[in-house]
Amino acid sequence: MREVAIVAYAQSPQVRQEKVLNEVEMLMPVIETALTEAAMTMEDIDFVCSGSCDYIAGGAFSFVGAVDALGATPSKMESHVEMDAAWALYESWLKIQAGEISSALIYGFGKSSVGDLPDVMSQQCDPYYLAPLWPDSISMAGLQASALLATGRYTERDFAEVVVDSRRKAKANPAAQLSGDVEVDALLTAPYIASPLRRHDCCPITDGVSVLIITDKSALPKAKMKPVYIRGIDHRMEAHQLGIRTLSESSSSTQALAQAKQQAGIEQFDIAELYAPFSPQTLILKDALGLDNQVAINPSGGPLAGHIMMSAGLDRFGMSFKTLQHGEAKTALAHATSGPCLQHNMIAILEAG
Amino acid sequence: MDIDLDPIEQFDAPIYHRYHATSSRAITPFLHAMKRGELLGHLSTATGKVLFPPLGACPESGQATQIPVILSDSGTVIGFTTVHLPIPGSKLVPPFTVANILLDGADQACSHLISECGINAVAIGMRVAAVWRSAEVWNNSLENIEYFKPTGEPLVDIDILQQQCLAKAEQRKEPVKGGQNA
Amino acid sequence: MSNHRVAICGVGQTERYKTKLSCSLAGLVREAALNALADAGCGWSDIDALIIGKAPDMFEGVVMPEAYLAEALGGVNKPVIRVHTAGSVGGSTAIVAANHIKSGLFKRVLTVAFEKQSESNAHWALSPSMPFRPHFNSGAGGMFAPVIREYMRRSDAPEDVGCQVAVKDRLHAINNPHAHLHLPDIDIDTVKNSPMLWEPTRFLESCPSSDGACAMVLAAESHADTSAHKPAWVHAMAMRSEPSFYPWREEVNPEASRACAKDLYAQAGITQPRKQLDMAEVYVPFSWFEPIWLESLGFAESGQGWRLTLEGATSRDQGGDIPWNCSGGVLSSNPIGASGMIRFAEAALQVRGMAEQRQVEGAKRALGHAYGGHSQFFAMWIVGSEKP
Repeated sequence: MREVAIVAYAQSPQVRQEKVLNEVEMLMPVIETALTEAAMTMEDIDFVCSGSCDYIAGGAFSFVGAVDALGATPSKMESHVEMDAAWALYESWLKIQAGEISSALIYGFGKSSVGDLPDVMSQQCDPYYLAPLWPDSISMAGLQASALLATGRYTERDFAEVVVDSRRKAKANPAAQLSGDVEVDALLTAPYIASPLRRHDCCPITDGVSVLIITDKSALPKAKMKPVYIRGIDHRMEAHQLGIRTLSESSSSTQALAQAKQQAGIEQFDIAELYAPFSPQTLILKDALGLDNQVAINPSGGPLAGHIMMSAGLDRFGMSFKTLQHGEAKTALAHATSGPCLQHNMIAILEAG
Repeated sequence: MDIDLDPIEQFDAPIYHRYHATSSRAITPFLHAMKRGELLGHLSTATGKVLFPPLGACPESGQATQIPVILSDSGTVIGFTTVHLPIPGSKLVPPFTVANILLDGADQACSHLISECGINAVAIGMRVAAVWRSAEVWNNSLENIEYFKPTGEPLVDIDILQQQCLAKAEQRKEPVKGGQNA
Repeated sequence: MSNHRVAICGVGQTERYKTKLSCSLAGLVREAALNALADAGCGWSDIDALIIGKAPDMFEGVVMPEAYLAEALGGVNKPVIRVHTAGSVGGSTAIVAANHIKSGLFKRVLTVAFEKQSESNAHWALSPSMPFRPHFNSGAGGMFAPVIREYMRRSDAPEDVGCQVAVKDRLHAINNPHAHLHLPDIDIDTVKNSPMLWEPTRFLESCPSSDGACAMVLAAESHADTSAHKPAWVHAMAMRSEPSFYPWREEVNPEASRACAKDLYAQAGITQPRKQLDMAEVYVPFSWFEPIWLESLGFAESGQGWRLTLEGATSRDQGGDIPWNCSGGVLSSNPIGASGMIRFAEAALQVRGMAEQRQVEGAKRALGHAYGGHSQFFAMWIVGSEKP
């Protein structure tokens, strides 16, 4: 396997509602920041790949306009996944493994504020049996949380503790939308929105964009910077129908981790950035991934502190990169998810170079 | 149990989503200008070209554009089609002619309707001018112009027009000071 | 470059690309996938990863449908990825799938592209009324009509070239049991007399609205021998994108198209595509795009593409030296998201000698081509009967 490094990451502020800028206007300065960080120009980038969702933007071909932010004249080798941009990263990583390219710029973007995200996501379900019932994403996560409580492994207090931890860590993340000191007991007095979930158990609606640059080791930018290597990466899908799955577990995360560990030859991680948009999912993932208390979970605050739908998975790579680059840890596990109730999971193992 | 049931081949499950779109940094001033009856484009300093309507980015360079340029409401047809079928969600009644019109002073053509001439009279290079709705109904919209109509001026050779525009753009271009394509 | 060769050892298509009310989306994609597996001589458990492609989700009204379709395609417990690059998506999905094999990390992958346009209104999805913009949008036909007119202006081509392409591809389609349209009685007059839709494009010069899926099993060299038939081999792949609109953008012969073809031919050692390729499956959704792409892809000099069409060079029925779209092409079947993959797959069938009634005898190297957006997204591959 070729050694692939993350060399730059930039993100817009994770705001509740971006009232002025459109996606392209948000994207241009962030691309520039990432390129500057890597001391690269667009000409140095062999391949560009993005992740976004038309139904979030409210129009077909929403990714097409984003090409305007690339200065793609002359044309560029470019592709798009209608998935979280973590999968755009995966596609780019594969292209490097295939020897087709040695550098890639990956971006994800979304303005969830313009629509009703939980309702929009209900239309990801089976269109004949499920979608006509409009099962919104919060209600589905509520089902999953109930299933977790029913196992007796965790209580609602544990959910609240995940939130307290996220908000506290997010104080150090200037891009976070939600941060601060909150008390478990106070959180537990909040009303349910889809029991056993309370508002704070759910990731906040967020507008934003993120950009990440990777290169083959042979093509590291000349900038004086510390690369972070992707030592292993894998992703796995589960069944769609919620009734078929054991919702209190995440078998595909376990499976992807095993594959990633095999590629990386690394067993232990200092930190883990988990894409758990609902607090109980953090606990499900911790168990599925065998993360003990030695592993710092979501030093950035994680998706509960800011959640750019379609980029939150890529952000887990970016946040891990930042932590490793600052020397605060040596190895990281980055996780991304897609589909209702953690249907599809990606695991990557990152190591500071 | 009766197994000779009629097949159900389709059922309706309408999907309605409500979106609250905001315009954008570039489009908002354009929409306000429309309400005043002004056509506001943007100059891209990276290419020296004038974009209309402005969308915020210069797609050639990937740079944001912000310098306003007020354009004339006459221009040249550089491409067109007459549409003979109804378009879902559109109030236009076929046949109607949609043209790519290069406003005088702009480098980027914008789409608008052509009327007050026979369908067969529309031609590439035809000179046209805006027909505005009455000022009382002006809104934040390019639809304040009802359509464009021929001016009767002679046809323009669009290959020559292109060369002239590109030469002017070259003069307006600013040396690159930095940015992603520096 | 990696040394991992990519074989196409299974191709599957839905029975016929016409409106298909008898099955669900899952049933549609599964039919193509099962056919591809049968051709490849393997089963679901032999597949390491699933690569799905389709055009905008609004064509069926299912948001990111790979989550729902994974089970029907044996994707559970496997890596699954969903590609969307507008009209070129069928081609770019095949390229993403091929990269899985080329990386050396996967032995066999299944790739499926589909569209079931009868489940929603594609014409509506293609003509969105966007906020803050007047609704002059009139679908793909309206977008491409001015480009066609500009080609006619520059090339001074006779007016019935488009009609000739429309007839030629429909006659080709008669030999393809999968084709949506079977119009054996079509002739120039029928096309000329069909209703004008987006001048200068007539009804019969436009692609239909189809339902269908196309699937391929791609394999590493070590796993390429399970099929009863010999595999095709990927000789070259390329993708390019450029913005939709910018001042004086070349829309008839876009830079991205030329750059993509140049990259592709360089990989395959091709300098004279008309001579060195035996056939091509090229994305021609509106008839005039045949001469447009003949020129852009280097099969003819600039301004001369229409002559090949009129001479019958692109017609298999007329024994042309470079048959284009023996399957009937996009003009005969257009399940949009699948259309690019059908081009790629038909090219593979030809070099495997498996194209039945539409076979170009002795085809050894073929081009598969797809484009999308405002003639701005391109995906191409060249496949051969021999290892590259």
